[in-house]
Amino acid sequence: MNLAIRDIRHHWGRFVLTCLGLSLLLGVVISMIGIYRGLVADALVLVRAPAVDLWVVEGGTKGPFAEASRIPRDTRNAVARIDGIASAGMVTYQSMQIETAKGVARVLVVGFEPGRPGGPAVLAAGRTLERSHFEMVADIKTGLELGQLIRLGNDDYRVVGLTRGQVDSGGNPLIYLSLQDAQALQFELEGAAARNQAARGERANTNQVNAVLATIHADADLDSVARSVSRWKHLSALTQADQEAMLLSAVVDKARKQIGMFTVTLLTVSTVIIALIVHTMTLDKAREIATLKLIGAPDRTILALIIQQALAMGVISFSLGATLITLAADRFPRRVIVEAPDIAMLAAAVGVVCVIASLAGVRHALSIDPAQALGG
Amino acid sequence: MSAPIVSLRGVSKHYGDGPTRVDAVRDLDLDIHAGTVAGLLGPSGSGKSTVLNLIGAIVDPSKGQISLDGEMVFDGGWLRPDLRRLRLEKIGFIFQFHNLIPFLNVAENIQVVLDLAGWPRPKAQRRVAELLDYLQVADRAHAMPAQLSGGQAQRVAIARALANNPRIILADEPTAALDSERAGRVMDLLRQVAVEQGAAVIVVTHDDKVMARFDVRHALADGRLVGA
Repeated sequence: MNLAIRDIRHHWGRFVLTCLGLSLLLGVVISMIGIYRGLVADALVLVRAPAVDLWVVEGGTKGPFAEASRIPRDTRNAVARIDGIASAGMVTYQSMQIETAKGVARVLVVGFEPGRPGGPAVLAAGRTLERSHFEMVADIKTGLELGQLIRLGNDDYRVVGLTRGQVDSGGNPLIYLSLQDAQALQFELEGAAARNQAARGERANTNQVNAVLATIHADADLDSVARSVSRWKHLSALTQADQEAMLLSAVVDKARKQIGMFTVTLLTVSTVIIALIVHTMTLDKAREIATLKLIGAPDRTILALIIQQALAMGVISFSLGATLITLAADRFPRRVIVEAPDIAMLAAAVGVVCVIASLAGVRHALSIDPAQALGG
Repeated sequence: MSAPIVSLRGVSKHYGDGPTRVDAVRDLDLDIHAGTVAGLLGPSGSGKSTVLNLIGAIVDPSKGQISLDGEMVFDGGWLRPDLRRLRLEKIGFIFQFHNLIPFLNVAENIQVVLDLAGWPRPKAQRRVAELLDYLQVADRAHAMPAQLSGGQAQRVAIARALANNPRIILADEPTAALDSERAGRVMDLLRQVAVEQGAAVIVVTHDDKVMARFDVRHALADGRLVGA
């Protein structure tokens, strides 16, 4: 006869309510890990989107995401001539706000040369840029639709293609413009400011880009090609793997630590709460435990009663929390990725937490004197 | 006369030492035989509950010897380390407030003792049905304790105390919460158990309603036997 299940069945309303409360707390723990996974995925989307092998950036920098990078436009032709390079293209990156039907949206504008590396490798709908001006490819997250016209700066742009899930490390969706349009947006000034610039005899410097992206031939050695580029002291060549590692360490590392500490704090809070609940449940059963001891129940029966209840509470609450977060993941403003290995690891952690949390209850139960069952 | 089922020789129990010492039981000699319903009587603080705890292997005597069902169990120290097992095998407890486990139904409250004693499930179920019939609560087998009347709950508590065929039944104020009629029925039942199962029934009480129903009465005052 399983006493833990009988007790839960008898107090099912209280038990279910307790599990519901606990499931929300454990759901937050799961979502924390999901948010971190989403953060990593979002950060990598940006560097994986163009599907290139080599990133050529300003020498001595970790550009263009971890640090600022500016290199001359003619770098693209120089890189393209290196043995082993299949193709090369210039790119620029800039953040801006756009007006959409849903309101103001913050986006990362990627300027690239149509037909060269730097544009979106995969489209969800439509086509990539075919003209040098006034076309854009936008991520679905912007809320823009195919064929829609949108005002950027002084010009209207038509959405010709859509991507899915392409965001920067801040979760802002990407939009792709031609390099010329992106640079025009970057340096174009409003009326009075433009006249002032003209009066000073100054011109916007569109002779620089943030990086040159390159693909290599299948039989070329990536490290060797990178070394060839790096011989120019004013340039650095980062492989795709370098760029991903750098982005993760520079952009995501603090967030990872922050979320990690928050997760540990929440697990600690969960432990304390489960311990309090189990201890209260044990106090409520003091007379029954004394009676069980008096009629001959060994300690293992009493321990099983308490630990099994704590584990049942943990398992049910965790399952509810995991289901809730899995179902609600798409409703979070930022990407939340709930992965099976994380769920399994956290489930094991919750199991340990439940056992640790039940120790206070176990200690109290073992100290109950069977004589308490006698008398009023 | 046969050997007593419960035998206490020179048993004393004191709590604390020095100026705070309280002598709850002093040099007690007590024999209770099979088939007997014995009353432990006395005012509050006379030591009768302590005697019940000593016989029930719940507290250690300070000195003396205790023999239960022909087995010497205490002789300056417990001779068996498994006192809960000892209680399970030899002693059935009946409480003033029934102490039924509230999350188990009537049948489960009885079966839990048999599970602890390691009875096979079919045999245990037959025993539960037999006891429910015997105590006339078979129709409440699936009721929860909160759904029982006081008398029904006390009969279920008696059924639980009898489940493992103990030779010693210890009852702590079993009729205090019952009216005269129900108290009389409970005492009749305890006598029936004593006679039919050859058990020694020891009842701690100061309930005047049942004084005339004991085979033997042991009166206690200040931890000593003052009359029988």
